[in-house]
Amino acid sequence: MIDTLTTAATAAVSDPLFTTIMKGISNLAIPFLLFVIVLVGFIRKVKVYEVFVDGAKEGFDVAIRIIPYLVAILVAIGMFRASGAMHWLVVLLSPATDLISMPAETLPVALMRPLSGSGTLGIVTELMNTHGPDSFIGRLASTIFGSTETTFYVLAVYFGAAGIRKSRHAVASGLIGDFVGVMAAVFICRIIFG
Amino acid sequence: MLNYIWFGLMMIALIVGLINGTLTEVTNAAVNSAAVAVEIALGLIGIMAMWLGIMKIAEKGGLIKILARGIRPVARFLFPEIPDGHPAIGAMMMNITANWLGLGNAATPLGLKAMDQLQSLNPSADTATNSQITFLAINTASITFIPMTVIAVRAELGSANPFEIISTGIFASTCACIAAITASRLLQKLPSSRASNPMRNIKSAEKVVEND
Repeated sequence: MIDTLTTAATAAVSDPLFTTIMKGISNLAIPFLLFVIVLVGFIRKVKVYEVFVDGAKEGFDVAIRIIPYLVAILVAIGMFRASGAMHWLVVLLSPATDLISMPAETLPVALMRPLSGSGTLGIVTELMNTHGPDSFIGRLASTIFGSTETTFYVLAVYFGAAGIRKSRHAVASGLIGDFVGVMAAVFICRIIFG
Repeated sequence: MLNYIWFGLMMIALIVGLINGTLTEVTNAAVNSAAVAVEIALGLIGIMAMWLGIMKIAEKGGLIKILARGIRPVARFLFPEIPDGHPAIGAMMMNITANWLGLGNAATPLGLKAMDQLQSLNPSADTATNSQITFLAINTASITFIPMTVIAVRAELGSANPFEIISTGIFASTCACIAAITASRLLQKLPSSRASNPMRNIKSAEKVVEND
C-alpha cells in the first residue's frame, strides 16, 4: 500500500511536467516580484529611484563584512580537503554505513556535503561516472547532494553579514539537519529505487 | 562549537598533511581558499546592492509589513522573540520562498537582509539570538524542489531519467529542514544555550518594543 503510494507520488513528481511548471514559476517569480514591488511603491508615492539607491548602498558594506568569516571557514575546509584526511574519516566511519545499508562509496558525499558544495558535486559526478547515474549509488549520491545546503558556507555568510561570531547551538542544529537529511535520503532511496 | 571545529579541521589538516606528505598541497589550499573567499564575497556586491535596493522600496511601500502580517501565526511559533509585523519576518519569508524556487541569487541577499534585521533586535553585537539560529537552520537545510545542478550532471552523463531524484530529494530535504528547525528549538533549552542567550533578560517580544 505505502509502496504503491510512494511509487505513484514519485511518478507524479518526477514527471517532466512538474519540472516544467516549477521552472516556469521560477522564471516568472523575479519579474513578477520586481513588477509588484516597484509598482506598489510608486503608487504609494515612494521615491523609487532615490530609495533604491539608498538601499543599494548597503550592498557593498554587507559583502565586505562577510570576508573575514568566509576566509576563516573556507581556509580551514580547503586545508582539510587538501590534506587527504577525508579518506581516513571514511575508513573510520565505514563500519557504520553497513548498519543503515548505505553503500560505503556514498559516505564521502555525505561527509563533504556540509563542508563544500563544489567538492561534493565533484564526488557525485565521479561516482556517477564510475557506477552510472542510474545505479543505486548514483541515485543516492544525487539525492544526498540535493538534500541540504553547504552548512558551514551558509553559516559564515549569514552570520558574517550580521557580525555574529558566537554561534551558540547553530552549528549543532545545522549538522543535525545534515545528518537527518542523509538518513532520510538512504531510507527513501531504498524504498523507491530498491 | 565553531572554535573546536575550526581548530579540529586545521590541526587534522596539518598533522595528516605531515604524515601523508601533502603539506605543500595543504599550504597551497590555504592560500587559494583565502583568495576564493574574497572573490565570492566581492561577487556578491552587485546582486546584494540590487536586492537591497528593491527591498528598501518594498519596505517603504509597506509590502514587507503586509507579508509579515500574513504569516504571523507561523512566525509567532518559530520566532516568538520577534514582535508582530516586524520587517524581519517579511524579509525572512521572501528568502525562504526564493530558496524554494531555487533562486539562489535572490535568496542570499534577501536572507542576509533578514539576518541583519534580526540583528537589529539583538542586544548583543556578536552573539546569535534564538531567532537568528532558527533562521540559519532553515537556510542550512532548506527544502529543495528542483536540484538543477545535479539534474544537469545526470543528464550529461546519460541518465535515462535525470529527474527521478526530484521526489527523493524533496523527501530528504524536507526531513532535513524539519530536523534542523526542531534541533534549533530544542537545543536552545540546554543550560549552556540559555546562559549564552543574548535575550535572556528580556521576557517577551512586547518588552523589546517598549525598550525601543
